[in-house]
Amino acid sequence: MTEPILYARNLVKRYGKVTALDHCDFDLMPGEILAVIGDNGAGKSSLIKALSGAVQPDEGEITLEGQKVQFGSPIDARAHGIECVYQTLAMSPALSIADNMFMGRELRKPGIMGQWFRQLDRPRMEAFARAKLNELGLMTIQNINQAVETLSGGQRQGVAVARAAAFGSKVVILDEPTAALGVKESRKVLELIRDVRSRGIPIILISHNMPHVFEVADRIHIHRLGRRLAVIRPNDYSMSDAVAFMTGAKVPEEVAA
Amino acid sequence: MTDNTKPATGFEEGLKGASETVAEFREEKSLVKKIQHWLHQTPSAVPMIVLVVSVIVFALLSDNFFRATTMSTILQQIAIVGIIGCAQTIVILTAGIDLSVGAIAVFSSVLMGQLTFRFGIPAPLAIVIGLALGTAMGALNGYLISRLKLPPFIVTLGTWQIFLSSNYIFSKNETIRSQDIAEAAPALQFWGNAIQPGGVKVLYAVFLLIVLVAVMAYVLRHTAWGRHVYAVGDDAEAAKLAGVQTNKILLQVYALAGLFCAIAGWVMIGRFGSVSPTASTGVLGNIQSITAVVIGGISLFGGRGSIVGMFFGALIVGVFEMGLRLVGTDPQWTFFLIGVLIIFAVAVDQWIRKVSS
Repeated sequence: MTEPILYARNLVKRYGKVTALDHCDFDLMPGEILAVIGDNGAGKSSLIKALSGAVQPDEGEITLEGQKVQFGSPIDARAHGIECVYQTLAMSPALSIADNMFMGRELRKPGIMGQWFRQLDRPRMEAFARAKLNELGLMTIQNINQAVETLSGGQRQGVAVARAAAFGSKVVILDEPTAALGVKESRKVLELIRDVRSRGIPIILISHNMPHVFEVADRIHIHRLGRRLAVIRPNDYSMSDAVAFMTGAKVPEEVAA
Repeated sequence: MTDNTKPATGFEEGLKGASETVAEFREEKSLVKKIQHWLHQTPSAVPMIVLVVSVIVFALLSDNFFRATTMSTILQQIAIVGIIGCAQTIVILTAGIDLSVGAIAVFSSVLMGQLTFRFGIPAPLAIVIGLALGTAMGALNGYLISRLKLPPFIVTLGTWQIFLSSNYIFSKNETIRSQDIAEAAPALQFWGNAIQPGGVKVLYAVFLLIVLVAVMAYVLRHTAWGRHVYAVGDDAEAAKLAGVQTNKILLQVYALAGLFCAIAGWVMIGRFGSVSPTASTGVLGNIQSITAVVIGGISLFGGRGSIVGMFFGALIVGVFEMGLRLVGTDPQWTFFLIGVLIIFAVAVDQWIRKVSS
């Protein structure tokens, strides 16, 4: 059996009297799409935040490619090759697509202009951004210098996914990527997700949309009451089973046994 | 990639036959839409047009207006407001505001003067200390805003009073006379020197303003730091998640604004000759600089506009003041028209923002 690329054991996160993560385990296999589902307040966000460095767990450990890691901030996690597409997308609307893709890791011109005058290497950044968007089939974006606010919701999501895929060398985390999108745009984003996986990058997909989860996920991590209830394969269960598990109406056989 | 596509439900079957394109750009632009888009990408265009039109109008109304001497006088008069405007621009781009700019400028000029005359420190060293203290005052604003998370308006409303009263207390309300400075410490009046090509006097201060605007235009447009300033003003939370150290940027922006104000303080000595703790800049500098920034098309909500726009905004104010004086109207009309311009500028800003919806 292959080793998980990213796994966590016994994660605990408390906010005052509320225990958001209660000795939670987590496994992500190389090259898979792992969906994380759970009812509101089950602790999905806390789990994802712990994995992406946005919060620091009180107990437990996280292992990436066999190495124990501790993320002090999202920037830390990014340096380890874990990219997160937040529900809010984390983009600056008035800035261009290229500026947004390189926000916080800009390229500077070689030589004196870059070193002394710290000039950005716009041509290189634009070419890279265009190449990445093309790779993911976002050809409809004509002008890499247009402001992100002039894009549609689906295009913005596409740019955010492209940014994560371009820099996320090990893991890409997507938080509710289709929640704000229409049917057609959701379809496009699901295709993007598959595209990213076909490059061998494993994906963690947080979603409330059962049809989308069952369509693209290889395995489904069901989160309940701050811990992992079970991991199921979409072929073995129906969507209503999954909903029943996550709301506590039913208990999966492995857990019951 | 379509190998294992197994639509889980049938509801998307309804999409078959629907158009396959996802939100492509249709070029259905009317002329108005085109203008709106162009302005969206070129935020300093509106003030530039207003500037050109007002220069033409005043040139037609008054024979004396369109002359090199008049133009150089206008530039001379906006030098201080323009430099303080550079400070205000970077602060407002981060969606902040700095009400203490004028107070920092006056206090810095007083510090430079008093260090030289009361404490006998050589003028060049006193200038360096004055610039450093101005930067420190800005950094104090930045610390309170970025670390203690206090609103910029409140912080700088407070420090404005603190710096201004410290300035009166420290200087004991004494003015250092122009002759004394010229005699003992001409370095303090450096920016008051001028070149006179063809008899037209152009102050060094004017060149300093132009160089500062040009340097900041480059920094804001072509460096990562400049892009981060815009990102912080645009959406601070998003910038943080994208990996920008927003607190550090804010602290640096307010500190740099303090440095610009201290430079403006040095320029004030050259411009007025004397060092006066009661210079009007201490009280009016903030409003004058905010006026230049707003007329220059920089959004008070942050993240939009360019420093070149602020330069045009300051010039518009200077052109109105000079033009109306030459035409011979009641000077109150200047403020009347500037008030109208401010409201016009904000209305245009709101309209341009709608380009996204």
